[in-house]
This record gives sequence, structure tokens and C-alpha cells, in this order.
Amino acid sequence: MPTRSARGLQRAGMTATSHSSSPSGLSSVRLWPAFAALAALWLVSLPLACLPGPVPLAAGQVFHALAAQLGLAAPPQDTSLMLVVGQIRLARVCLATLCGGALAVAGVALQGVLRNPLADPFTLGISAGAACGASIAIALGGVAGRALSGLLSAVHISLPGPAALVAPAALAGALLALAGALWLGRGDGGFRRESVILAGIAVAAFLGALVALIKALNEESVTSIVFWIMGSFQGRGWDSLPLLLATFVPGLLAVALGWRALDVLTMGDEQAAQLGLNVGRARLWLLAGASCMTAGCVAVAGVIGFVGLVVPHVLRLVLGCGHGPLLAGAFFGGGVLLVWADVLARSVLDGGQELPVGVVTALLGGPFFALLVRRRT
Amino acid sequence: MTQRAPAPDATPAGLASSQDTGQGTSQAASPFEARPASGGPSATATPPMLEVRNLRSGYRGRPVLQGVSFAARGGECLALLGPNGSGKTTLLRSLSGVLHAQEGEVFLQGRSLVDMKPRQRARLAAVVPQGGEYPRELTARQMALLGRYPHLSWLGCYGRKDYAAVDEALEACGAAALAPRRLAELSGGELQRVLLARALAQESPLLLLDELASGLDMARMAGLFDLLERRRAAGACVLMAVHDCNLAAIYATRLLGLKAGKLVFDGPVDAVFTEEKLSALYDIPIGVLPHPLWGLPQALLARAHGPRSHDSFAACPGDACFGDAGAGPGFDAVVSFGPAAGFTNRDAGR
Repeated sequence: MPTRSARGLQRAGMTATSHSSSPSGLSSVRLWPAFAALAALWLVSLPLACLPGPVPLAAGQVFHALAAQLGLAAPPQDTSLMLVVGQIRLARVCLATLCGGALAVAGVALQGVLRNPLADPFTLGISAGAACGASIAIALGGVAGRALSGLLSAVHISLPGPAALVAPAALAGALLALAGALWLGRGDGGFRRESVILAGIAVAAFLGALVALIKALNEESVTSIVFWIMGSFQGRGWDSLPLLLATFVPGLLAVALGWRALDVLTMGDEQAAQLGLNVGRARLWLLAGASCMTAGCVAVAGVIGFVGLVVPHVLRLVLGCGHGPLLAGAFFGGGVLLVWADVLARSVLDGGQELPVGVVTALLGGPFFALLVRRRT
Repeated sequence: MTQRAPAPDATPAGLASSQDTGQGTSQAASPFEARPASGGPSATATPPMLEVRNLRSGYRGRPVLQGVSFAARGGECLALLGPNGSGKTTLLRSLSGVLHAQEGEVFLQGRSLVDMKPRQRARLAAVVPQGGEYPRELTARQMALLGRYPHLSWLGCYGRKDYAAVDEALEACGAAALAPRRLAELSGGELQRVLLARALAQESPLLLLDELASGLDMARMAGLFDLLERRRAAGACVLMAVHDCNLAAIYATRLLGLKAGKLVFDGPVDAVFTEEKLSALYDIPIGVLPHPLWGLPQALLARAHGPRSHDSFAACPGDACFGDAGAGPGFDAVVSFGPAAGFTNRDAGR
């Protein structure tokens, strides 16, 4: 979908430049190479990011195991190699690239829908909702979870452990928070973009306070809540993939099919309606898609900031402001960024210790974003 | 879309020759004389392009339009006159479906506006809005291409037809050279031309224009209105809100006077472009003179006192005009000229 849309806009640019070329216009001459470079970078990043890790492995071994995992080579003798590379590292890299892509695509969609350069999954309270849901699950996991599973085990139903409850709880929290923000921000005849953002900020503030309350009341779970809120891929494996894909695929589909609507929405609600767009429905559709993707990411990896904010801004400098190339570029750009942020997070400290990847993205993204803002103003 | 009656399709000959419009004005007297009588007896065969029945609309707690009714067919150019805040923009917004009627109904080609999907509506009516906020990084061509949105498939990709329509529209509006430029680099008048190109690319038979002339220099203005005149002659219906009554008298086939949300007059230019009607509409004395070349009525500000009533007229050439502050009778004399006076067809060149 993204490639097709990119091609559409690409053609737009192509004929524009053939018509009369101006140095200041968005030139497709640099659109395609930039896009190809991004995709190539993404493709190369995936295997390379499998190289570093706490278990020292030679590059040849890693690539051999990767090839075997893809069925391109005979599996190596050492089964632990397959385990480390195929089960742990490759799974993490895949999760990271999907999450990064999802967050960046959601960022593009949210910034487009709300016509606000500061919009990202945080602004609408989506991340806060997920964090709140997860915190409740973690805190209750200790108390109610035990009681409930004890009760249920009597009738031979085994409940998934509290850890497995965190992800669905985060998903539910994210969707509830979004629904709350939209409900608060609804105006007559649709959502007004300012009020949706204000409502999102209000929801985020309230839920943040709720998380703090849970932490204060339930001291034994503080560490895991804090770590979860910082965002991390530690210990996530292929078993998280179904949940991620279940939110990523429909969300991406909703956003990708709305790519032209995003272009039309840049004209403002009124003109978008006059150009034939059903503004209320398109906005709901795009918001739901973006939230769905975000919720899945937050459910799997916790709250990872700045990807959804920084990636769209950088890409806009390179790819212009047509949403087709932007969405496609965001998938690759966000994926690459988060994969390497995760590599940093797991390899900076010695002895198998990890940093939360959210800390890495914030540490990298904060100053970078500040620079970007300074350069543009 | 069932039937799209009078095709507004670009008559290639008409669009291609947008350059010759500079001279076009001098020989343009003939098309204006061949005005269709509004609401003629043949008005029953097809539904009118636009029909407004007792429309009441406005904003929360502030009704603006207080029962407006009129109808327009293809081949008509309606100019909406009225003072600031009289409801011109509100009417255009109601007709384009972004402001819902509180009472009354709007029909586009016989179909009620409220039953229409935005997409169908946009294929029937294109709008050039007044003001607006546009993304700075978008190119003019990208913006004009958005006019094709109601014609796109669900995939949203532009096809060859879309590019052709947009390039033609940009060319017609004299904006072809602006195509690759970013909106941030465009002047107000250039932006207006790109917006009109977007509306023309939409290929809708009804054009709703809100102050199209704002920010345009005289030559550009004449060029664009000549273009609209060709569209009208080809069967399009144009409804434009204008502040410049003289422009309306030249280009419109029918004038609608809107005051405090009510239509105070509605008729062909010759019938309603009079001193009494205009003076009553704008609440200021307005004189009407015939255009020196074409004989069309033109309006002049004609207050009793002059523009610099508190100054002495130092700059007045010849010193023969007015003595001092508040010298009333001079301008009163101007008002009383009437259409028969002076310089009709003085060397009109036809």
C-alpha cells in the first residue's frame, strides 16, 4: 500500500518537474532516491542489528543462523546459536522494526489529521492510557491475579500469568483513553482538532496521575511499572508478534487507505469537505487506525517516546509533505530508528544489563528535535 | 452521478486562448448583450443547477440567512452583492454543504443537498474560498491536484486524466508557471489563481466563488473573469460573492442583493443596478454612470461630502471643484448625472 501511494505522488511530482523545474519546488528527482535509500537502509539494518548482543558471536555465525532461520541454509550444528539468533535477536529486531514503523506511521497520521506538528501518540493520551492499563494489570497481577487464578484453577482453567495480562490491559487502556479523548473533544458535527488535542492532554494528565497513584499504593510493583513505562523489548520474543500484528495490520490498512484523505485534510476541514471528503468519518477512521497501531506497540514494548514525533518531521524535510511518500517513508524510517535504538539499549551496559529503549530514544530524540526546531525557526 | 447536464468541460479553444484576453475586453460587448432571461418559460424541462428554497442558516445563536430563495441555471453568472456581514459567505458555505441549513432546502440539479455524499456534492459544486490556511510546503500543483479528489478511486491515485485536467486548469488561470512553487512563496493573488485552478480542475458545473477578485491586480482579475465568462457561456453556472459592484455589472448576468440575511433584489443587471437599489443596499449614496466604452452601468461613491471633507482640497486640479470642508452640492451634482449623460460610446471602437 505505501509503495503504491508513493508511486502516485511520485508521478505527480514527476510531471510537475517535467513541466517546469524550479529549484525550490518539491522535486521528485530527489524523492525516489531518498526513498530507495531509506528502504535499503532498513533492509540492511535488519540482519546487522542481530550482530551485537551479550553472547559474543561471530558475524558469519549470525548470518548463517539467520539464513537457516529463513530456510536458505542448513541449520548449524549448535542449536543454542539458533536459539540466540533466531529466537531472541531476530525476534527483537522484528518487533522493534514493526513498533518503530507503527509509531512513526501513527505520528504522520496524527499530525496530518490534527494538523498539528506536535501531535503524536502522547498528545492524544493513547500512550498514557496504555501505561495506565498496564500499571493496573501489573499491580493487580500480584494480588487479584493470584486470587483469581487460584479460584479458577479449582475448576481446571489455567489463567495466563499476570505478565501475559499486561499487554491486553495496555491495549484496552489505550483504546479507552482515545475514546475518552474523542468523546471529550467532540464538537457539533465532528471533532475539532484543537479540542481533541486539549482533551487528549487532559486525559493524559489524569491517567498519568492515576499511574502515579497506583505506584504509590503498590510499592512492590513500582520497579516493573517504571521499567514498563520507559519502554523495553527485553524478554519479548516471537510470542508477542501475534498481538503486534493484530493491531498493526488493521491500523496500517486504515491509515494507508486514508493517505489521500490526509492530503485533503491539510486544506482544513471546511475546504476538505468542499473537495468531497467526508471529514468526520475520515478523521475517525485515521485516528482509530493510528491509535490501534500505537496501542499494539505500547502493549508489546511499553511507552517509547519521540519516534512518532521526530521521524515524521525529519522525513518531511526530505520527502516533502505529500502523505503517500511520508507514510511509506515513516514505516522504514521509524523501523530503522527503533532497531538501532534497541541495539544501543541492549549493548551499552556490560554484563547483559539493558537500558529501557524509551530512554535511548528520548536521549537521542530530544536534542535532535530541539536542533530541528531551531533550524526551522 | 446520474446525469451531468450542461457539461462545463473545458472547451479547448476557449481555454487555450487565455492570453488573448487583454484585447478581449474591448470586443467583449457582444456576449454581455446575449444574456439569457433569468427564469424563462423553458425552465421546467430540467431541474435548475441550483435551487434555494427559504434557506435559513447561520451559527449557534446567531442566525444569518433569514429565508433566502432563488434558483440558477447553467449559463448564468450570479453576482452576490451586499455589505460586510450581510451573509454572502454564509450563503456560499451553506450551498457548498459545510454549513447545515436550519430551515429550508438547497437543491443541486434537483437533488437535495442534505441527501448527498460530500463526494457527489463536490462533483456538482466547486468552491473558491476566501482566506484559509495552507500548508507552506505544498506545491501549487499538488494543491490544484486536490481538486481531483472527488473523481479519484478508493485507492486515491491520480491518473492521466487528472493530471491533464489540472494542467489545463492551471494553464487557463495563468498559473502554469506557478505549478512547482511552494505555497509559502506565492503572493495572495497567485494563491487565488491556484485556488481557482483547483476549483476548475474539479470540473463541477456549479462554481461558488467567494471574493475571487481579492488580491488580484486589474489585468489578472480581467483574465480570470474572462475565463469564468467562457465557462459560463459553455454552460457552467457561476455564483460569486463580490464587493466590487462594477465588476459584477460587467461580468454577471444577474445580480442578487443580500442585506441582513435577506434578498433585497434579484434580477438582470439593467433592472437592478440602479442608484436607488444600490444606495439602499449599501446605506450610502451611490451614483450610477454608464461605462464609457460598453454602456454598462457602473457605480460611483457619491456621498454629499467629498473624501477629504475635513481637509482643504489642495490637490484638486484646477481648483474649480470644491471650495472648502463639507462642500456638499458639488457631488450631488455628480449623482444626478443619470445613465443618459455624457460619454457613452465616446470613441468606443466598435
